[in-house]
Amino acid sequence: MAIFSKDEARAILEKVMKFSKADACEANLNGSNGGNIRYARNTVSTAGENSDVTLVVQSNFGKKSGTATVNEFDDASLEKVVRRSEELAQLAPENPEFMGPLEQQTYGESKTYAEATAKITPEYRAQAAANSINPAAAKDVTAAGFLEDSYGFASMMNTKGLFAYNRSTNVNFTVTMRTNDGLGSGWATRDYNDVSKLDTAEASKIAIEKAVKSSTAKAIEPGKYTVILEPAAASDLLQNMLFSMGARQADEGRSFLAKKGGGTKLGEKIVDERVNIYTDPFNTEVPASPWTQDGQARKKMDILKNGVVSNMFYDRYWAEKQGVAPVPFPGNAIMEGGTASLEDMIKDTKKGILVTRFWYIRTVDPQTLLYTGLTRDGTFYIENGKIAYPVKNFRFNESPVIMLNNLETLGKQVRTDGNLIPYMKIRDFTFSSLSDAV
Amino acid sequence: MRRRDFVQLAGLGAGAMMLPVSAFAKSVDPSRLLEPALDVIQKKRLADVALNASRSAGASYTDVRIGRYLNQFVITREDKVQNMVNTESFGTGIRVIANGTWGFASTNDVTEEGIAKAARQAVAIAKANSKFQTSPVELVPVKGYGEVSYKTPIKKNGFEVTIKDKADLLLNANARAMENGASYINNILFLVNEQKYFASSEGSYIDQDVHRTWPFFTVTAIDKDSGQFKQRGSFSAPVGMGYEYLDGRAEDKIIGPAGVTLYDKSYDMVEDATMAAQQVKEILSAKSVEPGKYDLALEPSHLWLTIHESVGHPLELDRVLGYEANYAGTSFATLDKWETKKFNYGSKQVNFVADKTQVGSLGAVGWDDEGVKTKEWDLVKDGTLVNYQAIRDQAKIIGETESHGCCYADSWSSVQFQRMANVSLKAGEEQLTPEQLIGGIDKGVYIVKDGSFSIDQQRYNFQFGGQLFFEIKNGKIAGMLKDVAYQSNTQEFWNSCVQVCDSRDYRLNGSFFDGKGQPGQSSAVSHGSATTRFNGINVINTARSI
Repeated sequence: MAIFSKDEARAILEKVMKFSKADACEANLNGSNGGNIRYARNTVSTAGENSDVTLVVQSNFGKKSGTATVNEFDDASLEKVVRRSEELAQLAPENPEFMGPLEQQTYGESKTYAEATAKITPEYRAQAAANSINPAAAKDVTAAGFLEDSYGFASMMNTKGLFAYNRSTNVNFTVTMRTNDGLGSGWATRDYNDVSKLDTAEASKIAIEKAVKSSTAKAIEPGKYTVILEPAAASDLLQNMLFSMGARQADEGRSFLAKKGGGTKLGEKIVDERVNIYTDPFNTEVPASPWTQDGQARKKMDILKNGVVSNMFYDRYWAEKQGVAPVPFPGNAIMEGGTASLEDMIKDTKKGILVTRFWYIRTVDPQTLLYTGLTRDGTFYIENGKIAYPVKNFRFNESPVIMLNNLETLGKQVRTDGNLIPYMKIRDFTFSSLSDAV
Repeated sequence: MRRRDFVQLAGLGAGAMMLPVSAFAKSVDPSRLLEPALDVIQKKRLADVALNASRSAGASYTDVRIGRYLNQFVITREDKVQNMVNTESFGTGIRVIANGTWGFASTNDVTEEGIAKAARQAVAIAKANSKFQTSPVELVPVKGYGEVSYKTPIKKNGFEVTIKDKADLLLNANARAMENGASYINNILFLVNEQKYFASSEGSYIDQDVHRTWPFFTVTAIDKDSGQFKQRGSFSAPVGMGYEYLDGRAEDKIIGPAGVTLYDKSYDMVEDATMAAQQVKEILSAKSVEPGKYDLALEPSHLWLTIHESVGHPLELDRVLGYEANYAGTSFATLDKWETKKFNYGSKQVNFVADKTQVGSLGAVGWDDEGVKTKEWDLVKDGTLVNYQAIRDQAKIIGETESHGCCYADSWSSVQFQRMANVSLKAGEEQLTPEQLIGGIDKGVYIVKDGSFSIDQQRYNFQFGGQLFFEIKNGKIAGMLKDVAYQSNTQEFWNSCVQVCDSRDYRLNGSFFDGKGQPGQSSAVSHGSATTRFNGINVINTARSI
């Protein structure tokens, strides 16, 4: 019910456009079916399903715009929602930054939908949870996890002839395994568009191993260490950096990309030349919607090339003001990796620390992108090419910009949080204190 | 990429990134926010449909929440209103126990048929989940209260103030900031109204009208020559009050140490924006802190967040028991420590109370979301851990005969669970002003308002920043500092507490956005304290060059 086909969505949106009497009108029709299961203490705690479909209509008169929403799609309801958006637009103050609807665009072919995910049942979720809980219970370990899946569509149309439609599916799984003596903890995360790639037993096995192996953690002095970051550990820091690459913030002088004396670091080398980060909505491992919520086409595009800032993100208003083409915010990020496996990277490390993940990451200084946070769920000391022993968790204070300047080795890529991120070996990573947390 | 930081691209400050919009919220005309929904008679009739339908289907317990959640956001920067968002979310959530197991279902079809169907669905889910249940749910008793009501004691309903008046206030404050040398200001007003009707098979029919208000700005100053930029956030608090919070009455202003103007039960946005612009320029040229051990004097507008993270969270019983292990984490304050009755959480000066009753606080309601009358209780007494925060299905585990009344759901579509009550540090018994407290410190830092924050998943190790930092030398404020953060461990930190100012200095601050659960739910909570001294805390310098 909540999922409309391309033709059904087009038919509804065409009616909306016909009712419009404003200077311009744009409508987004989105819907989704979702489900989840949560477990803790080796038993299911909550499970649920939800579905929703919403039509949002925005009308504008000049730079005055109004928005109204409805979830009924008969002709009378559609006309009513258009009239209401027009009334609100007439009452609204002028927004000097309002940008009218876009002309018709051309989009690439979407790869975000997988049939298997759209057909997930409550029984599938219960079994996925059981496949995680049962091996834990057999090993004196307690499982807590969460599986969430969604199948949705997004569509939009405007009075300038733009029409866009996309279907997508997603599944996210995280699991934390804790030894029953409270001394060891392990974690794993998986996310896919296609649920047939998900094996909760495989992910749970890794988390159980980490929990058991981390239960005799030693305290070592905080300081600067060579670290091997698993992709899930590096992911949040890298995403935080990408989120801070808005052109407007940089042009206004309040960004790590702003330069002393004015101007920005666009075109300048800011990290190691082996760092290449790009976006590609059509990558089959990490597909993203071919268009943005305001109808702009997404394309493959460099963000950092050979360590140089190749693009900052311009919304349509700021692009027009600066006289450049808009650069929409990317739907995914892909960091090029190398060929080394994690085992190869450990073998090649004399002294270092393997980090499973970071937790509670917060900005300390937006000027330098200094972040603080802690290691969690599996932190190990590496000595002479081998994992020597588990260590207590650390607090770090580090900037992804400094981190990417201290790059030693890039390993294989792994999908994490919708992005492709490689294992990374980094020198001189700053751990500033110890934590007793397990 | 996640959408969570979408707004950051528009250059808004940290607090603006998560608009606390309820599930299934629809954008509406602002006048809709003043229209009444169902009257109490209609709500009771619908609630009885749910109670009867679930009982017939085999439920041994049922509660039904008919909720209407209204939000308004006015979003401005410098001389522009960037956006105005008005949302309404209306529906019903039904929670049951069948076969000793919880089941929950929700619907936005608030008709007799829709509600009966959801009630039966909740029972079916409970029965299906009961196959996995290892021990049946046990609820501690609660009184049936009959037909009762509660309303946040507001003087002015913010939704009745015209959008133009609100926008004018924000734009006026923005103009003062710009005149006083700010490079930019982002200024946002959030208004929340929860109209909640609760009924349960225990015999309660509770109608509540809850209001919250939060004005928030960030002023930025840029020094083009050095390429430095600094920010100062507003000294406002999110409050459980109406629009009267923005009256900025003279009697609610406090001139604190270092000449900083602070606010109590009402807030002067225009004055604060003016000061923020002046102070943020001062931060640019302030002395960078020398790292080392300092005695800290922490102002209530700062200390609330340290209390929230290092006391409020670890004393949530669901975290202690492991229900949040995969997300928010567990707790160092384990049951065995509590059972000794000797666990030294802090020094003798440290007394923490939890409550859902303080007037003006974000947590204040008459009854919680499972129909328990709210109250106040001790968590830490004379430094010793004495209790947790627990709801009806947990209270028995810690030997309590009644729930603490801290159950909450952020929407009709979310299942209610244990959430943090207001958790506050009791003011000192002896007469002590902040000036006297600072007067006793030889080498210290005085910190005003919360800033950066991070704590581990069991709530041992933390690091906090702030908005304004002042060096204390030989009992006197010796100028502004920058690049300050302090690191400590919860138990060590609260044991280093040596002085708490008296009740004249006690004030509330808090958060609209306390996150917990999967799928995530947001809750609003306040924390009170007076200015407090901690000895020998590790201060780090956060300046870097990239």
